[in-house]
Amino acid sequence: MIPASFDYYSAETVDEAIELLQAHGSEAKLLAGGHSLIPLMKLRLTEPGTIVDIGKIAELRGVRPRDGGVAIGALTTHNAVSTSPALDGLDAVQEAARAIGDVQVRNRGTIGGSLAHADPGADLPAAILALNAVIVLRGPTGERTVVADQFFQGLLTTDLAEDELLTEVRFRTLLDRTGSAYVKFANPASGYAVVGVAAVVTLGADGSIADVRVAITGAGDHTTRATGVEDALKGQQPSVDAIAAAAAHAAEGIETMGDIHASAEYRAELTRVYARRAIQKAVERAT
Amino acid sequence: MGATSMPTLPATPDMALPPHPWLAVGKVRHVGDPIAIIVAGDRYQAQDAAEAVRVTYEELPVVVDPERAADPDAPVIHEGVERNTDYVWAVQTGDVERAFKDAAVVVKQKMVSQRLMGTPLETRAVLAQYQPGQEQLTLWTSTQIPHLVKPNVAALLNIPENHVRVVAPEVGGGFGVKLEVYAEELLCSVASRQLGRPVKWIETRSENFQATVQGRGQVAEYELAADRSGKVLGVRARITADLGAYLQVLTALTPTLSGLMIPGPYDIQNLDAEVRGVFTNKTPTGAYRGAGRPEATYYIERMMDALADELKLDPVEVRRRNLVGKDAFPYTTATGLVYDSGDYATPLEKCLEMIDYDGVRREQAGKRAQGIYTGIGIATWVEICGFAPSAATATGGWEYGAVRIDRSAKITVLTGASPHGQGQETSFAQIVADQFGVPIEDITVVHGDTAAVPQGLGTYGSRATAVGGAAVFKAAVQVREKVKRFAAHMMDASEEDLDVVAGRVVVRGSPDRSVTLAEVAGAAYVAASLPPDTEPGLEATSYFEPPNFTFPFGAHAAVVEIERETGKVTLVRYVAVDDCGTVINPLLVEGQVHGGIVQGVAQALTEEVIYDEHGQLLTGTLMDYAIPTAEMFPRFETANTVTTTPVNPLGAKGIGEAGTIAATPTIASAVCDALGIRHLDMPYKAEKVWRVLNR
Repeated sequence: MIPASFDYYSAETVDEAIELLQAHGSEAKLLAGGHSLIPLMKLRLTEPGTIVDIGKIAELRGVRPRDGGVAIGALTTHNAVSTSPALDGLDAVQEAARAIGDVQVRNRGTIGGSLAHADPGADLPAAILALNAVIVLRGPTGERTVVADQFFQGLLTTDLAEDELLTEVRFRTLLDRTGSAYVKFANPASGYAVVGVAAVVTLGADGSIADVRVAITGAGDHTTRATGVEDALKGQQPSVDAIAAAAAHAAEGIETMGDIHASAEYRAELTRVYARRAIQKAVERAT
Repeated sequence: MGATSMPTLPATPDMALPPHPWLAVGKVRHVGDPIAIIVAGDRYQAQDAAEAVRVTYEELPVVVDPERAADPDAPVIHEGVERNTDYVWAVQTGDVERAFKDAAVVVKQKMVSQRLMGTPLETRAVLAQYQPGQEQLTLWTSTQIPHLVKPNVAALLNIPENHVRVVAPEVGGGFGVKLEVYAEELLCSVASRQLGRPVKWIETRSENFQATVQGRGQVAEYELAADRSGKVLGVRARITADLGAYLQVLTALTPTLSGLMIPGPYDIQNLDAEVRGVFTNKTPTGAYRGAGRPEATYYIERMMDALADELKLDPVEVRRRNLVGKDAFPYTTATGLVYDSGDYATPLEKCLEMIDYDGVRREQAGKRAQGIYTGIGIATWVEICGFAPSAATATGGWEYGAVRIDRSAKITVLTGASPHGQGQETSFAQIVADQFGVPIEDITVVHGDTAAVPQGLGTYGSRATAVGGAAVFKAAVQVREKVKRFAAHMMDASEEDLDVVAGRVVVRGSPDRSVTLAEVAGAAYVAASLPPDTEPGLEATSYFEPPNFTFPFGAHAAVVEIERETGKVTLVRYVAVDDCGTVINPLLVEGQVHGGIVQGVAQALTEEVIYDEHGQLLTGTLMDYAIPTAEMFPRFETANTVTTTPVNPLGAKGIGEAGTIAATPTIASAVCDALGIRHLDMPYKAEKVWRVLNR
């Protein structure tokens, strides 16, 4: 449980962190809350030559209003996300943050770290994807934004470039008659999501489902939208039966993983069950 | 170094004793089999150096399933051990053939008590310091048995035993896995002797999961014969125990405890039983909380439920009809044990009353009608503990206790038991305080250091109070008698007329005639005037040797709810009524019961060591091996009945393992009841239960 030796830099600003990333290239790893990186280093599953600690960059910490919505700084802890009054109404992201690990983990782990690491069993990516958040990245050439749909690309793989820093996650204010939820089946050992589902539902004036986004984590190797479910629900009245029928499509298109904790078949079933529960909850909050 | 094999306790006189070198020689037999040690200036250097070790392995065939390992064509793990079968332990009593011929029903079942890891939060740690000038080895080690580590280390390192001091500070959880002599204790000592510097090793969690003994790991095939009323006529039992790759101290012996306890609390006098210990390419097994008794209890309780199912009787009724009767004690079992004392029906009835058995059964039927699956589980249990007497234990069964009153009337208690969280500092102080009527704050209990406590055996098998506490009690009584002798001399009174009350020695009927304990202590140490034939000082020792083991018992019940869609099992209620004889400290007893239940429930619901077919450990981290957490549990409802044991002067039996022994079959019974099936092996992970619901 002793990591290999590495050089340590503490960045005071985002620009300084980016300079350090440029200088050290693929040798460098960013350290935020350290809850994914440090265990991997202690087991020597990863041996980065350079650690760039961004923990002291104050501007990356906190939740603030932005452009008619709200932005969460990358260094904001899961605990802060789950308790921030500024995020009231964004139930899916708060529930996902609250569902992570235990109190100690939630007090150290950060939203930026979780999204950048993109663990297949991480909770937040599903909420981010369902809420259609915008992820802000800064690199040597400046800032760019990427929508969540384009951010999660594969196993531990995102759109984040080697010399970029994830600085912020932006959410638009939800429309009226919109509700969201995140539910998960937790691995009893690790607490990670065996399957986690986030849903965001907007109801039309007639009570039918005007818009819906459903995102699945844990089932496959990265977080994905359940478009089959969304398509089946749009325009429907949100009856228990309609939701159940739509949720039956939840595992479509996902290559569900199988391991000692859950077979692929069981993960697919959990995906359908938890999709139904997430949608049901989101609908209740929308009405 | 390395030429001598690690110590082991044999299960049978003729069992095979394949060598267990401190470091693997030529062949590694399991993942975690140590191959080299690195000694460095700090842990960083040591880890870097360990990374630099390159080993060339030639891949050999492996066998991980103990039943498969006993096949004639299985890969051979130790040369000369045929079918990898280290020993066969067997018992035949009564007329089993006849019992099965006369039986109205026979139920058969195969059951698995899966491998577990002890998972003490505190992993092992060793610090060895050899002082060349004094030729003295001091070994700080995370052990339950410092006094047994000492002679083993002395013998294996060829150091005179009186030049070895073993210290076991507050080492945290043991649960049996620290009831061992480990190679690291020897290797650190050797390194310190060669380097002339202290050498420290702290086990990582990964090492703990690979190199510290694991528990359980048995497969059992039972047949049970009964008459129409549900009375058991006879049992045939064949247990295959997964020993892992080597014999640690308790690897071979532990499964024989399962064999001894096959009949459980039931009157079963026709028995044909066999336990075979089989090597596999896995981490050695050993003692883990309950050690052999949880397995035996699981098997017989699953069989009682099967019998109830076969005869369409209530599982409680089947148990009532077979429990050893209150008047049958001392009761000799088919395996030759003598159950000391008991009243098995009383805790069962109390347990049923507490859970409102008829009420929860009615509630269950109502919920089932609504599509909600609940299950009610019940288990009655008896265990063997209070490990003693010496004639029945290979290491001795006594325990050492000493009591000394200092000049200032403060009392020091020495115990050879080595408590590591059980709280004997409190309960032993209570035992002594009672003899002198002093507050427990005046008493200090010393343990866990062979330099401070001259002799002892240790804390294991729920023996610390029943044996160690009794030794302390006997020493305290002796000191009390000496206090009275001095007081009688001081007051010119007769010893027979004296009482020791509230820190004073009082002449009965003359409350104005008394001396304080401090005055007596002063007289005993100044020693200016001694009573006839009396030496100075107030100190006594006892090597208490009980005539028998103790056999605590009880009944547990639980209600579980199963989520239909996912198979997730939730524990809704848990009731435990245990009888551990005299209770010295109710809070400590309840604490042991709570911890035991948690670990027992964990075997039933979450814990399982998994190896793949290549012998690779798949549950090598706490991300993969699910230990229990508080959120899994409701508030436990506990109670005690008190049936004292005649085998020690306290009447106490032991409670350290009861919860673990009873909880596992209780949950199994509840889950199978909820599913409406006869049997399903543990652990009841959601997917496994979901598959039953969907088959």
